[in-house]
Amino acid sequence: MTTVAAPYSGTALDRVDGPEKVTGRARYAYEHAPDDLAYAVVVQSTIARGAVRVVDADSVLQLPGIIAAIWHENAPRVAPIEDAELTVLQSPRVAYRGQVVAVVVAETIESATEAARLLRVDYQVEPHDVELRADHPGMYRPDHVNPDYATDSELGDPEAALGFAPVVVDATYTTPAQHHNPIEPHATVAVWDADGLTLYDSTQSASAVRATIAPLFGLPPESVRVVSPYVGGGFGSKGAPHAQVVLAALAAKQVGRPVKLAATRRQMFAVTGYRTPTVQRVRLGADEEGRLSAVVHEAFEQTATVKEFAEQTTVVTRMMYAAPHRRTSHRLVRLDVPVPTWMRAPGETPGMFALESAMDELAVACGIDPVELRVRNEPTVDPERGLPFSSRNLVACLREGAARFGWAGRDPEPGVRRRGRQLIGTGVASSTYPVYRLPSQATARAEPGGGFTVKIAAADIGTGARTVLTQIAADALGVAPAQVRMEVGDSALPRASVAGGSSGTASWGTAVVRACEALTDVLHRRAGDVPPGGLEASVDTAEELRSQRPFSRHAYGAQFAEVGVDLDTGEVRVLRLLGAFAAGRIINPKTARSQFIGGMTMGLSMALFEESVMDVEFGDYLNRDLAQYHFAACADVRDVDAFWIEEEDPELNPMGSKGIGEIGIVGTAAAVANAVYHATGLRVRDLPIRLDRLIGGAV
Amino acid sequence: MRPFAYERAADVRSAVAACAAGMADGAGAVYLGGGTNLVDLMRLGVVSPGVLVDVTRLPFDGVEETAGGGLLIGAAMRNSDLAAHPLVRRRYPMLTQAVVAGASGQVRNMATVGGNLLQRTRCSYFQDVTKPCNKRAPGSGCPARNGDHRNLAVIGQSESCVATHPSDMAVPLAALGAIVHIEGPGGSRKVPMPGLHRLPGDTPERDTVLEPGDLITAVELPPLPFAVRSRYRKVRDRASFAFAVVSVAAALDVEDGMVRDCRIALGGVAHVPWRAERAESALRGSPATEAAFAQAADEELAQATPLPHNAFKVPLARNVVVRTLLDLVEAS
Repeated sequence: MTTVAAPYSGTALDRVDGPEKVTGRARYAYEHAPDDLAYAVVVQSTIARGAVRVVDADSVLQLPGIIAAIWHENAPRVAPIEDAELTVLQSPRVAYRGQVVAVVVAETIESATEAARLLRVDYQVEPHDVELRADHPGMYRPDHVNPDYATDSELGDPEAALGFAPVVVDATYTTPAQHHNPIEPHATVAVWDADGLTLYDSTQSASAVRATIAPLFGLPPESVRVVSPYVGGGFGSKGAPHAQVVLAALAAKQVGRPVKLAATRRQMFAVTGYRTPTVQRVRLGADEEGRLSAVVHEAFEQTATVKEFAEQTTVVTRMMYAAPHRRTSHRLVRLDVPVPTWMRAPGETPGMFALESAMDELAVACGIDPVELRVRNEPTVDPERGLPFSSRNLVACLREGAARFGWAGRDPEPGVRRRGRQLIGTGVASSTYPVYRLPSQATARAEPGGGFTVKIAAADIGTGARTVLTQIAADALGVAPAQVRMEVGDSALPRASVAGGSSGTASWGTAVVRACEALTDVLHRRAGDVPPGGLEASVDTAEELRSQRPFSRHAYGAQFAEVGVDLDTGEVRVLRLLGAFAAGRIINPKTARSQFIGGMTMGLSMALFEESVMDVEFGDYLNRDLAQYHFAACADVRDVDAFWIEEEDPELNPMGSKGIGEIGIVGTAAAVANAVYHATGLRVRDLPIRLDRLIGGAV
Repeated sequence: MRPFAYERAADVRSAVAACAAGMADGAGAVYLGGGTNLVDLMRLGVVSPGVLVDVTRLPFDGVEETAGGGLLIGAAMRNSDLAAHPLVRRRYPMLTQAVVAGASGQVRNMATVGGNLLQRTRCSYFQDVTKPCNKRAPGSGCPARNGDHRNLAVIGQSESCVATHPSDMAVPLAALGAIVHIEGPGGSRKVPMPGLHRLPGDTPERDTVLEPGDLITAVELPPLPFAVRSRYRKVRDRASFAFAVVSVAAALDVEDGMVRDCRIALGGVAHVPWRAERAESALRGSPATEAAFAQAADEELAQATPLPHNAFKVPLARNVVVRTLLDLVEAS
């Protein structure tokens, strides 16, 4: 595969939709207000398991402005599909606390809210089970893990190798449930008309919402249109439709009017997904020089009873470091909890906290610098798949990052550096993320009046996708970006893959390039003549992707953290965070930098703050607002910086790019935890690293 | 949110009358300051007053000097203005430090002094109307005792309630013995801090000694010359916009290495801003040393009865008291 000449790729083009966003002209899902609009508010179960016995709709229907109360007894039927999270209000069963058991529709949001509060629902209560434990008797082996990886892997004889290894690390790490909390809550406006259903939705994939929702209502896909031009963040929580999309459509159908339904911040802690908590045991066997002979990584996670989501927590360990004997596994337990889902780098994020913490423990055990330890265990081919790497610059990231961070001469002794009343320490961890590319379609169009329009149902969820695709199209067409108008975020556009798996630019960019090439060919044949109706060319990349050559394709990085830990209080502050990344060609340094440091900031949050607390007695996540669910405030983000090492990798895609949306969060928490160890001598294996996990120790 | 009536009071008498009328109506009436906590609670359904009497336009938004070097702070004064006031900054630095340690700039611009004193606990159960809470629904139970109480009280709590008072500002006010001026249906009276707030006992629904219809009109800061060297130290889970895990307000009067006088109050540990009277009396007349500070803190914290998940607050509070006092010694 050859890459295209690219004068605009690699330049820091300002966001093409920046002016619309900062002037408030960009309309988000909730801001659509069709005529005759009604408002829906959900009623959530107050039990974690059981059944709805009675819904006393009469108690609210007499209130002023109330149009309807909808619950399982009177809701329109939807087709049974595999994804039971979406077959809402079809049965009296309650599978988790906070599940939607009814919807109230009213003339105003205030009336609907009040009626939802007053609606009386009686339950038949059953005992619930919401506590994840590695030794839970319900642990089972899922058929595969997300998206379609083998559940377990084994090579050689890891138990025997661990028995022989002179140095063994055997440690258990835990990560809590975390919620995405994009700044824009999930919202849907549903409109039925003679042609079918239109959904103004906040989603990471208009095409996927259409494909999922249409069969629920017995409609052909072309009868559903999903409009989602602007999205205020998703982090995976908008990767697939959740209940609110179906509820809006159901309610609109029931009342015969357009209906608007938004999840509140509190509701989002039950109905729009989260990252599963994990319990992970990592065992490393090595010689005295730190060369790994065995790597064993076992993960225990939860899923819901209504739907299985098996996070691929240990998959990353299958290719990270060389070792002849290795095993990875995933076990799940179905609990009476909300449905977990993708959250920024699902799998890699919790998995690399454990693996990279264990590598730091091994470095300490062997007395080897943790950068050097990783370099020593660099594999020449993918250790489990045996495939060559298309490109792998982990070592370069470690070396260059160490140089820029000032790692040289680091005294490994923990707990000995003081600055005022703070203990100071530094830590390192590797980052990685796979290169995914998914089939997409695109249309490139030459406009009769000059200029080009490129159409693809891609999603710009705040990443800058619209801008980057503009650059890619401009290069493919050989014109300036100002000549190109991108249309994205509408299922009526050519079908596109999800803004997920850091695959957007690679997947959509391939389709955009091919469409522009096809259009250029047509134009060339017509000697540049554009007819009055314009000229267009459409492509589908499915076949090109099928013929991709077998390689192990991943982006890599290294993150370096400096922390200060207050001697009196155990308060941890991240003083510096530096990320070095190797992710193919960077198409827009400005938006790329935002992705890297945004991911690292989220990783910092994960290290120190983020934790959804399960209320065992009642069975829900307890801290359901942003005063209680902490993520980093500006004051916590002092000095976060990233740089990248340019890679030429011809085995990726026409742009030569790897995904960058997720790698920034991978490894950050371990880098911080390792720095906390270096500062204090205390190894915190349970996230987040709260002050109470330090105050009882040496601090 | 339940429908409610909104009235804007022109003067104290009409405010108190409007509130009394609302209460007589049976709908419930409360005063509205900045609304930064009350409106949230109304949206959550935790409180559903029938009448809101807006007192932010009452002429109580300034600082007056009192005889002897104290200050009289209007209850409608915005938190930001209080923190920025030159006399507050000079005479009571711990008060400015406490106010700016709270919430965010936007919230402080809205919040009033009176409202800050009367904010409610942020206990998760109190804020969730689908769960029991003795403070919100007396007699329904307290799930926090056996549930999530990591950031709840370690001193003075009861079987029925383990909530903490969330205010930063109230902690130095308790240390100073600030006097709260109150107008109510029964006339006017004054209550010295920390006596405004009350321990939960078996009536945790009552946060304070205020009677229905009482309106805080001012907070009087008594003269305390050595408070020019005072300090507020707040320990929190993130660097900003988080309630205190533990906080300390302290003022120290040291002469020839001996403690002549001191004021110490703790936040984040009790249902009230906790005046550390035992520590204060232990310290008066003792040497200003780390050992003496530690002993005084231990005497205070001997009363603590922490729960399994907040026991860390006891050593944390001890460390912070000692460190804050040492910082004051170093500064003087």
